[in-house]
Amino acid sequence: MSQLPKPDTGALRTKYPDVFDRPASARLAMPATILAAFAIFVFGLVDLDFSPAKLMSGLSQLGWITVMMIPPDPGSSLPAYLAALGETLSIALLGTTLAAVAALPVSLLAARNIVPSNLLRFPVRRFLDSIRGVDTLIWALVWINVVGLGPFAGVLAIALSDFGAFGKLFSEAIEAADRKQVEGIRAAGGNALHEIRFGLMPQVLPVIAGQVLYFIESNTRSATIIGIVGAGGIGLQLAEQIRVLEWQKVSFLILMILVAVAAIDWISGKLRFAIIGQRALA
Amino acid sequence: MANAISTLPDQQLAVLNDTYRKAVARKRLKVTLAAVVFFAALIVAAIGAEVNLRTLFSYFGNFVSYFDRIFTLEDGTRVWTNFGEWFWGWQKWLKMLGETILISYVGTLAGAVLAFVLNFFAAQNTSPAPWLRFVIRRLLEFARTVPGIVFALIFVIAFGLGPMGGVLAIAVHSAGALGKLFSEIVENADMKPVEGVRSTGASWLSCMRFAVLPQVTAGYASYALLRFEINVREASVMGFVGAGGIGQELVVAIRKFYYSDVSAILVTIIVTVFVIDITTGWLRGKLFGTEARA
Repeated sequence: MSQLPKPDTGALRTKYPDVFDRPASARLAMPATILAAFAIFVFGLVDLDFSPAKLMSGLSQLGWITVMMIPPDPGSSLPAYLAALGETLSIALLGTTLAAVAALPVSLLAARNIVPSNLLRFPVRRFLDSIRGVDTLIWALVWINVVGLGPFAGVLAIALSDFGAFGKLFSEAIEAADRKQVEGIRAAGGNALHEIRFGLMPQVLPVIAGQVLYFIESNTRSATIIGIVGAGGIGLQLAEQIRVLEWQKVSFLILMILVAVAAIDWISGKLRFAIIGQRALA
Repeated sequence: MANAISTLPDQQLAVLNDTYRKAVARKRLKVTLAAVVFFAALIVAAIGAEVNLRTLFSYFGNFVSYFDRIFTLEDGTRVWTNFGEWFWGWQKWLKMLGETILISYVGTLAGAVLAFVLNFFAAQNTSPAPWLRFVIRRLLEFARTVPGIVFALIFVIAFGLGPMGGVLAIAVHSAGALGKLFSEIVENADMKPVEGVRSTGASWLSCMRFAVLPQVTAGYASYALLRFEINVREASVMGFVGAGGIGQELVVAIRKFYYSDVSAILVTIIVTVFVIDITTGWLRGKLFGTEARA
């Protein structure tokens, strides 16, 4: 066997000083970051009352619960669960539509190329940010105080929190639109509304439709949980069955949610593809 | 000037016009059909969700006045005229807020580590065996499709009330979400370094460590930071089901109609979420350049 030539380390060292003699700050940055992250992690574990004994007993409880969950069985309440699932899908569809309809005019106000004045745009943007900063579940609790328990509160909660998200997304889509069509409309003698309707909307609507479909999809997930605080849908059933420890029903409900979410994903994927064509894949 | 536009012969124009009208009519028909289907679905949904427009209109005033009430102190003055009174419980709330952030931090880190361990098995180009890849993928899918708060509900029963259930729920859900994103990064990684490392006789583990990891770390960190942002929001509601954090205070304030407390806690949460969004955004931009922000 032939021997590989020994590299001349000394020569390499003088040739590439950056590689061999990095300053201590550069060499220590990574380990220091990892150490700090780990230290905070340990502090968190201690502060949040983690203990191996608690973890073990909890895990064995969890294992026992999992065994109790098999096989999934709805008992005699299958019709009620199906109705609740329908309610959940309705909440997602209505909430998202309501949010999109309400957000469209507001997003125009938040878009730089429509409202050049910072003075008006800034408060609109902060307002949308504040709405988004609050979780859907919190909005659900607030709406329950206003319209009472039930799915209607859920619809309004989803509509409100999506309104914040849509306002931002739509205004970004509008800002990304091509200026030339708008200028064309103006050159042909159109007024400001014509510019928006014929210059902007044809460019923006497919993007918006894609986003709305995507949100209907993700809101199916949100709508499954707002029931936990009493805003209707399948979450209400799920929370109740968990509280009374009916584990077979719980696992059945979770399976129903998984199947429903997968079905909606599939449908909305097809629709998005049909609306924006190849771009949906990107 | 007026004679500058030339027109096609009538016969040719008629054919073109005809084709154009047909194309437009077909498009209009499609749009109308889609709209009809959509509105039918909306109406069915409205019946299913017990939507009552009269309720909405008669209660909308309540919604507006609710905000009027949460920004009013008990003595009838506006909250911002008396900060001491508005944030009377700031010590307790800050402590709970700290707990919320800690829950999301510990949960995100644990989830990210779990996702890190699992993702090499889930990615198409690095998985050692197809059956293992299938199993891990389904596992991750399950973890991210079941909402975090459902995990929290179950964990609270298994591990007892308190932040532990919240941390574990966030960890499991984040592991599912991050596992998918991480494995997508790995699938986009360049495989030539892997071939190079393997040609030296290295094991699978060494291939991952020296060929894949250097390419993907930045992406991992970026996604983990993004997830931390999301988890802070998520942790703020974990208290609703008894899994620790500021949600516990909030749900009590809302349910018992302590109006000014509701606004104080909401403002605290919103400000915290803003600060964390901006900080992590800045951090991601600084660490990985502007393209990692997208």
